[in-house]
Amino acid sequence: MHDECLLSMRHINKYFPGVKALSDVDFTLRHGEIHALMGENGAGKSTLIKVLTGVYQNDGGEIAVEGEKLHIRSPQDAQRGGISTVYQEITLCPNLTVAENMFIGREEGPLIRQKNYVKRANEILSELGIPARGSQILGSCSLAVQQMVAIARAVDMKCKVLILDEPTSSLDDKEVQVLFKLMRDLKSRGVGIIFVTHFLEQVYEVCDRITVLRNGELVGEYLTEDLPQVQLVAKMIGKDLDELSSFGKAEVKEYGPDDVFYEAEELSSSDALPFDFKIHKGEVNGFTGLLGSGRSESVRAIFGADKVNGGTVKIKGDSVKINKPIDAMKHGIGYLPEDRKRDGIIADLSVRENIILALQVMKGFFKPISRSESEAFADEYIKALNIKTASRETPIGSLSGGNQQKVILARWLLTHPDYLILDEPTRGIDVGTKLEIQKLVLKLAEDGVSVTFISSEIEEMLRTCSRLIVMRDRHVVGELKGEELTEAQVMKTIAGGNTVNEE
Amino acid sequence: MKSKFQKIFKGGLGQLTIPIIAILILVIFNLIRDPSFFSISVTHNNDGNIVLAGNLISIINAASELAVLAMGMTLVTAASGGQDISVGAAAAIAGSAFVSMLKSGSTITGGTVLLAFFYACLFAMAFGAFNGTLVAVFKIQPMIATLILYTCGRSIAYWINGGATPTVSSPIITAIGSFIPGIPIPTPVIIVIVVAIIFKLVFHFTSLELFTQSVGINEKAARLNGINATWIKLLSFIILGLCVAVAGVISVSRLGLINHETILLDVEMDAILAVAIGGNSLGGGKFKISGSIIGAYVIHMLTITLYAMKVSSTDVKAYKAIVIILLVVIGSPVIKSKFTKRMTQLKNRKTKVSTKGAL
Amino acid sequence: MKTRKEFLREPLTDTQLLMTITISIFVAMYAVAMGALQGGFLHAQQVFDMLNDNASLIIVSCGLTIVMITGGIDISVGGVTSLVVMACILYLNHGGNVFVAALLALGIGLAFGLVHGFLISYLEIQPFIVTLAGMFFARGMTTILSVNPQKVEHEGFANLRSTQIEIPWLGYTAKNGNIVPARIELGVLVAVFCLIVVFLILKFHRLGRGFYAIGGNQTSALMLGINVKRTRFLAYVFSGLLSGVSGFVLMMHTGAANATNAAGMEMNAIAASIIGGTLLTGGVGNVIGTFFGVLTLTTIKKIVVSSGLNQPWWQSITTGGMLCFFILLQSVVLSRRNKKKKAT
Repeated sequence: MHDECLLSMRHINKYFPGVKALSDVDFTLRHGEIHALMGENGAGKSTLIKVLTGVYQNDGGEIAVEGEKLHIRSPQDAQRGGISTVYQEITLCPNLTVAENMFIGREEGPLIRQKNYVKRANEILSELGIPARGSQILGSCSLAVQQMVAIARAVDMKCKVLILDEPTSSLDDKEVQVLFKLMRDLKSRGVGIIFVTHFLEQVYEVCDRITVLRNGELVGEYLTEDLPQVQLVAKMIGKDLDELSSFGKAEVKEYGPDDVFYEAEELSSSDALPFDFKIHKGEVNGFTGLLGSGRSESVRAIFGADKVNGGTVKIKGDSVKINKPIDAMKHGIGYLPEDRKRDGIIADLSVRENIILALQVMKGFFKPISRSESEAFADEYIKALNIKTASRETPIGSLSGGNQQKVILARWLLTHPDYLILDEPTRGIDVGTKLEIQKLVLKLAEDGVSVTFISSEIEEMLRTCSRLIVMRDRHVVGELKGEELTEAQVMKTIAGGNTVNEE
Repeated sequence: MKSKFQKIFKGGLGQLTIPIIAILILVIFNLIRDPSFFSISVTHNNDGNIVLAGNLISIINAASELAVLAMGMTLVTAASGGQDISVGAAAAIAGSAFVSMLKSGSTITGGTVLLAFFYACLFAMAFGAFNGTLVAVFKIQPMIATLILYTCGRSIAYWINGGATPTVSSPIITAIGSFIPGIPIPTPVIIVIVVAIIFKLVFHFTSLELFTQSVGINEKAARLNGINATWIKLLSFIILGLCVAVAGVISVSRLGLINHETILLDVEMDAILAVAIGGNSLGGGKFKISGSIIGAYVIHMLTITLYAMKVSSTDVKAYKAIVIILLVVIGSPVIKSKFTKRMTQLKNRKTKVSTKGAL
Repeated sequence: MKTRKEFLREPLTDTQLLMTITISIFVAMYAVAMGALQGGFLHAQQVFDMLNDNASLIIVSCGLTIVMITGGIDISVGGVTSLVVMACILYLNHGGNVFVAALLALGIGLAFGLVHGFLISYLEIQPFIVTLAGMFFARGMTTILSVNPQKVEHEGFANLRSTQIEIPWLGYTAKNGNIVPARIELGVLVAVFCLIVVFLILKFHRLGRGFYAIGGNQTSALMLGINVKRTRFLAYVFSGLLSGVSGFVLMMHTGAANATNAAGMEMNAIAASIIGGTLLTGGVGNVIGTFFGVLTLTTIKKIVVSSGLNQPWWQSITTGGMLCFFILLQSVVLSRRNKKKKAT
């Protein structure tokens, strides 16, 4: 039973205008197996998933579930074939009740029996330990709960194949454990689970097998225990990891009181509780903590992105007021937002327009940058940051994630900031670009730019930052530097074992 | 040479392809129907001026108000992702303000006309700012926000006029509405050109275009880059207000009177249509003012063509509807993608055949 | 039984909240009118007149509400109504049959709905432009059929038209001592029937929940396995069909047709839906709210007339003011609510 083939995809091809997104990819899923699908951005993971779920149609190849050939033309076809998906972004309707969200689209008969639904929903929710009521409007639940409702829906659909597309990126550790318990539970019932994630530790925690894709091609399928983490990364990026280890630890510099660039006392915003913070010229520091710990909200408060409620701010010792992004920009602060798609890129505008945007705003409404000047700027940064784009007039939306991120970086570098805030600049982009960005951060610091760096990967922060501010439950709970900058110490501080320096 | 041609052929015209094709089809259709349709003659008008006359001139002339409004509407659409359906009503208010100011003085001179025009602008900008505030500050959808003024705008105009349809007659007004002595081109056409040039200059000397598109495409990101999105949206409505005042004054001057019930009736629908025919997304974002201007002329060329075919003015709407549907169906994303797919298939087949031939 | 209690425990949804506000304001306004203006407002007939005059508006508003819940718009409803009136009257006056006329009305409405739905849903053209063209076409066809006003001369139809339901105990005693019973036209019954059917579909049929789902989040709806294209298509079909019904009802009410029939009806219907708590962004709304939206709009007009503000501009200025009030109120209420949600 265990080795019997549940889902087989053979010779899958998919073309997009000008690109071959998948070429001749095979994928096999067995009964009662958790199977990680790994690859860099642009490797074809999401395309393969979308082919399987009927969002895209394959341009060649075969899909079979339990030996039966399937023609998947729409999400409904996939559902009927026993394939369910839970996406990273919530794909439920916020204006309907939790119960409706679990049963809509697969009702028996034309009538909706709300009461019945609520009753059944409550049973399933309590069985799975999900803190929601069936009669609740979905929009009033937290994002994590909404995600779990989506899983509950899939579970109740008696799906044979469950696809979890980066389900853990908006969950905290506790919720991840609940999810893993759920996954193991489903596995024991014979469900095959395809698990897509960026978190390597999670792969090794729950997965039985790993399939690696690169550049739209299959690299191979491996048993988890046969593939050490280092080799997995090597397979994903297709090169050795020497480069990764070439980074030394960020050196510790001593700063005098005159070196302070930015200093805030009791700074608070509509989303962030009061906190103290300072950064020196040429220093790289980091905010760390779990998702929702307030790290992003705090740096947003520094930039004036949310409504600032109080606190005093000094830049180079002078008292200033920063209430809006433009105030911060005028004082030489740049901010690369956490959510690139939502807050960063202007999708339909060209790479060139996206690059000059911040500088243009700073120059003012009545002093537009001339066309030739802006073209020169764009070319300069496309070259400097090695941005892969067809031309400077290509809409930024059609670039890959990593290149979009580079464009946003170029936008802020062009303003020649004194202080750059980078919130998750490396999230969801390939390892190669990650390294480039880390190098860039260190180089900027050498040139005297202060940088605040936030990343979900502690290891990455340890490599780049010389000082870490640790947050928990929207409070600053510690500040680590020098010898304290070890993974174990950071973990301890985040978890609240013992706090260092201040409380 | 060949590459340039290919570039244009391959959609180098971009969003302007459909409106330009529409104009070409209408021109060819008219030429087949009546080869002399577009002939322009030089005649003397009632005032004894040498003027240009002919169908083409009357099309371009009659579309003036619409073209001006379409330009402003494009900006509002781009910034707010919605449309202002109150422009007709607002034009009635602006026109009434214009006339009431002219009436308040004893004689009409160039100075009083200018003053009255500024007065009309003030009114139209104030109402534009009202719409803009609802949209930008209170975050109400543009169509709903402007429904208010759509409902009561013409009544406000009626109120300004004191319930009458006052007339104004003066050589200056006639000159604005038809011809300036010595210039053979209708004045409204000149006004459209001036307005278009002003837009071009504004786009050249300010960052309005970049900021408006940024706000329209991704307001959150625009805000985080220091753009005051509220102000940009408000500004777009105020600029539309100016366009409304210009359109209202042209329309009043053409007739020499203001009838609040009928002045620029249903023009809001045509203006939105012009924006859409011009290839601009009604959901906001990227825009081309030139597209909307061409869109305005497409609408009027169609109307005049139908008139020339002896279709009565009330029936024109039905035929107009059919043409609009044809245009939007051709331009629809589904049809476009089907078409490109088919083309690539054909191409692939061709290359296959040729490689086979080579073997 | 537990589930019912659970429903009661839940906080009001956006739809319910906005509807409650509208109904309360309507009741308050009517009560004030009864107290301050008295006159007709004290008679039940006042309410019935409002219904008699607005039966067709109620019907098109129901259709428009459906479309607005899906996040779309249909501005052709007034035009289609007018075309149906003209077509049916011409048909009846040429010796037609009342039953066939009703089928003709439904057929015209259905045809518009099908075309709109196809173009919007399957060819993905912007609904505003498609239904604008629909409106132009319908208005143009109306005048092509006849520029001159038409009056119904068909005997059978005249009988049907004059049939009214009389409710003596809701009537009032006239000055001469006669009891004038309250009268309701047949059209009102049709309107109430449509209202109930649409309400039930929206609330209990999976199609109705589908309308809400695609208005709430279209991509999600697709992922949940709803046939988004067909659902959106059907929303416009409903709207078209109800416009056809509305045309027949309007013909029963007026018995005459001219080119300006149902002028501005689309905007009144949109206004009624908005006042009733339907959001143009989709996903929120209810036909009961829309029904009270129509009543609120009409009551404002009646109050203006009864207060002696006879100048014609007052009606539309007060309507505009009222609309402004409701729109701002909704905006404030919803934004406060969202803030609260964010805080918790």
